[in-house]
Amino acid sequence: MAHHVVPQKIYLLVFATLILLTLVTVDVAFYDLGLLNLYIALAIAVTKATIVILYFMHVKYSSRLVWVFVGSGFFWLAVLLVLTLSDFFTRGWSPLPSGWTSMVMP
Amino acid sequence: MDATPINAHSGTPGEPIRANYLNVNYGLKSWLLTTDHKRIGILYLISITIFFALGGIFAALIRLELMTPEGDVVSSEMYNKLFTMHGVAMIFFFLIPSIPAVFGNFLIPMMIGARDVAFPRLNLMSWYIYSIGGVFTFAAMALGGVDTGWTFYAPYSSTYSNSNVALTAVGIFILGFSSILTGLNFIVTIHKMRAPGLTWFRLPLFVWAHYATSLIQILGTPVVAISIVLVALERLLKLGIFDPKLGGDPLLFQHLFWFYSHPAVYIMILPSMGVVSEVIACFSRKRVFGYPFIAFSSLAIAVLGFLVWGHHMFTSGQSVYAGMIFSVLTMLVAIPSAVKVFNWTATLYKGSVSYQAPMLYALGFIGLFTIGGLTGLFLATLATDVHLHDTYFVVAHFHYIMVGGAIMGYMAAMHFWWPKMTGRLYPEGWAKFAALVIFVGFNLTFFPQFVLGYLGMPRRYHVYPPEFQVLNVMSTAGASILAVGYIIPLIYLLWSLKYGPAAGANPWQAKGLEWTTPSPPPPHNFERTPVVTEEAYAYESKPYPEEAEVV
Ligand code: HEM
Ligand SMILES: [Cu+2]
Repeated sequence: MAHHVVPQKIYLLVFATLILLTLVTVDVAFYDLGLLNLYIALAIAVTKATIVILYFMHVKYSSRLVWVFVGSGFFWLAVLLVLTLSDFFTRGWSPLPSGWTSMVMP
Repeated sequence: MDATPINAHSGTPGEPIRANYLNVNYGLKSWLLTTDHKRIGILYLISITIFFALGGIFAALIRLELMTPEGDVVSSEMYNKLFTMHGVAMIFFFLIPSIPAVFGNFLIPMMIGARDVAFPRLNLMSWYIYSIGGVFTFAAMALGGVDTGWTFYAPYSSTYSNSNVALTAVGIFILGFSSILTGLNFIVTIHKMRAPGLTWFRLPLFVWAHYATSLIQILGTPVVAISIVLVALERLLKLGIFDPKLGGDPLLFQHLFWFYSHPAVYIMILPSMGVVSEVIACFSRKRVFGYPFIAFSSLAIAVLGFLVWGHHMFTSGQSVYAGMIFSVLTMLVAIPSAVKVFNWTATLYKGSVSYQAPMLYALGFIGLFTIGGLTGLFLATLATDVHLHDTYFVVAHFHYIMVGGAIMGYMAAMHFWWPKMTGRLYPEGWAKFAALVIFVGFNLTFFPQFVLGYLGMPRRYHVYPPEFQVLNVMSTAGASILAVGYIIPLIYLLWSLKYGPAAGANPWQAKGLEWTTPSPPPPHNFERTPVVTEEAYAYESKPYPEEAEVV
């Protein structure tokens, strides 16, 4: 199996980015940005995960088949989220006795 | 591959007996440290048989209790524990590993002309992980049991848990990794290690079925692990995930659980379907009808199987809109399942069919799976499910699939490949007799449960109105017959290890690379790497290979 050798510089760069983003997370936690809190935290987490997958896990240098498998992992995650939320966000739609009203979304 | 299995060099010099994977070295250590996929298959066979017996004992106690309308054998708490532990043992520790870990491990490398799986040590590790998970779960059972049902619904498993939930959950969490490792190994093996000439469309359908199964194992199992972790986080750190008091949503547990566990039912059935394709072709002496359709229907089942989990939640408070979507999606899964059934039937058409024991089981599979699948459609229909949900109808439905389907396939595989695994023939007369006993016992056990459920008997209660007794007694009687049916093969298979006649390389005159190597196979499966020049199941095209007759 031929291994692509990743230059040390890249690893250090990725490491620095991850630390930096962690600091940003900590810093942001001190400001209340309302709804944005969640989105910023998630955006940082997704960025971090992406560079870990691409560089530390070598996906960037891997075959197309590996890309297909990585892609399907995320596709399945999307299926999980979308179909679960398709229940959660539509519980208020039905006009009949609602019960459990405190849980129904606006 | 440079990872040389440890037992490669120990054949005694000048030894007259051919070295095979069983006699190449002896002793407990040679088994516990083996990386030979065939021996690992046998290790799994022994472990899952223990859990099958355990689950069977729980089932027997359940049926004993249900003989009478009163709760006279066990208390209601104990009854809850019995059906929980029955489900846990049978689903997680027997059915999910059954065909993949035993026959998949044993056969896939041989079917594709490889020396072993891609990661032999990982393969051994998967068995150890299984065993560790088994020890935890077994401990939980021995220390008083669990009572949440095999589904571990919150809040039984979270806020109100009062039995060994944590220990069982840890056991199942660990166990999940063994399933992931098996799936991972199969996928890489099938992609990377096929013999020269063995293109994807020449692969046996058994291999296709396992490929699809492995996809589910890899994509689904992490989610059940995550759900277990979330339950732990809620209990330990009071994070609001499932508990509405803390801002959680109890239905989220069901979503996460069934996202894995509906596909998991296909982990149980797809390998059996692979077995049935092999057996039907061999005993009809015909090519499988519509090979690409069967191959792709396995993949379709694997993918669609992930989109239907909400059919377990129609009455749970899930939104009506989501219920409609899940209902429609569920109907779609019926299509690839039906494609398989029709193709097998078409394979039988004008074949020269013979009724050896593996074929009896395979035919049993087709009929019983069809009943199980069709009743699944009753349950997938929103309005009928309101009536049938959580009744014995559901119990009958999934037992038709899991016992009538999956275990029939497992028994077919056991008989079909037993000569290959052990080098011995089993007694055919007894085997046919046992297959018949199992078929009769099975139907007597579970058909009355359809009726019971339709009449309104709920599942998971140990007391019921007296008018249900007749059907319950029938069911219990059937269960006793079924138990006998499973014990007979246990006896004659063990007997055949010592007294069975030698099988020869290919007792069924079957096609497939695994039959071209002696039985039991040599440590590295093949003397030299086979080259494949024909499609799978080329039954009519060539006379039987004579050299395969050599014992
Ligand atoms: C192919 C293998 C299948 C297996 C192993 C299987 C297994 C199961 C299991 C274990 C349950 C009950 C879970 C519980 O509540 O404890 C169940 C319920 C259900 N199954 Fe299946 N099933 C299979 C196929 C199907 C098919 C093909 C359909 C529909 C086309 C289907 C529809 C349903 C529905 C709707 C329920 C929920 C019933 C309810 O709880 O009210 N199943 N099945
Ligand atoms: Cu389901």
